[in-house]
Amino acid sequence: MPVSERHSKLVYDALVAAGVEVVSALPETWLVHLIRLAEDDPGMILVRLAKEEEGVGISAGAHLAGRRSAMLMQNHGLLQSVNGIVSLAQLYKIPLLMLISDRGHLGEPDPWQTAGGRATRPVLDALGIVTDELSDPATVQLQVARGMTLAQASLAPVALLLTRDLMWEALG
Amino acid sequence: MKRIECLEAIYDELAGCAVVTIMGAVAVELYSLGHRPNFFYLEHAMGLASSMGLGIALSQPERKVVVLDGDGSVLMNLGGLTTLARYAPGNLTHIVFDNQSLLSVGGFPTATATGSDLAGVARAAGIERAGTVTGLEEFRAAAVAAIDTPELACLVAKVEPVGPSSFHMDLHLLENRFEFQRALRPDPQGDPTP
Repeated sequence: MPVSERHSKLVYDALVAAGVEVVSALPETWLVHLIRLAEDDPGMILVRLAKEEEGVGISAGAHLAGRRSAMLMQNHGLLQSVNGIVSLAQLYKIPLLMLISDRGHLGEPDPWQTAGGRATRPVLDALGIVTDELSDPATVQLQVARGMTLAQASLAPVALLLTRDLMWEALG
Repeated sequence: MKRIECLEAIYDELAGCAVVTIMGAVAVELYSLGHRPNFFYLEHAMGLASSMGLGIALSQPERKVVVLDGDGSVLMNLGGLTTLARYAPGNLTHIVFDNQSLLSVGGFPTATATGSDLAGVARAAGIERAGTVTGLEEFRAAAVAAIDTPELACLVAKVEPVGPSSFHMDLHLLENRFEFQRALRPDPQGDPTP
């Protein structure tokens, strides 16, 4: 599978370095290595979800109980989670570091990913969520660290989009 | 059986627990019995009270966590029952007040009014200790045992569709949030270090 193991490891290590102890996740192709890394790490609490919005609740509970967390999801998971993001994370000022696979853009071969790809950034903008793209392996650790710092300082969601450039090794 | 009678029956038991309620009558009635810093009222995000409870329970395994849920909210997050079952934290008790209606928005019937059995759903989701109670003494005994036993439990309490006359609470939701967070911090007696 041409999902980059090396870059997935970079992202995972950056989460650990940022103090993340709880990860909620719902599998998708680009996230398989990241989820496996969380699963194999005895120091990580991995919560596999039935639906992504649950992850907002998990992160809220973890935050109030004193643990840093992150959500791993596809952009369609973001779309699925909007009510939880608005009426829990934003209403109650919960820091929420969301790592979102950015499906549906240049190079996307799956037709079913394309509508969500177009909606992702406008929805994040409409929600007023600070968003950054992870594309360059050289800056992943710094961006994740800064994303966590901002989430904790602003008590708000921060979205880090995992782009094809970072997550996919094959050309095309 | 009335919901507020159930809450009165377990009020003392909730003293040492992290308590997460849903919005509406459950929140107002618990608040009316006497607010405590360890009570968090989730005033929106229907369905996510149990997910929050799971997040707290996994983050602080030494702390007892009680989620006070409702049929309308659980029906919005049935998948969450499978997530609870998957991790099954022994320190989590999920109490569902089932009045078979969306009371605070006019009393429209939920699917439990037409036969859906939430304890059955919970059991089928994998929560072995799941059941329904209809009488107050039965509720008290089952709830206290569930809280005291280190096993995930889902207790569905059939209650009358009646609630408080007013939904006003003199507690801003952010005040509640920060106070609750502070209450979950480790105390000098050696509560778990987050």
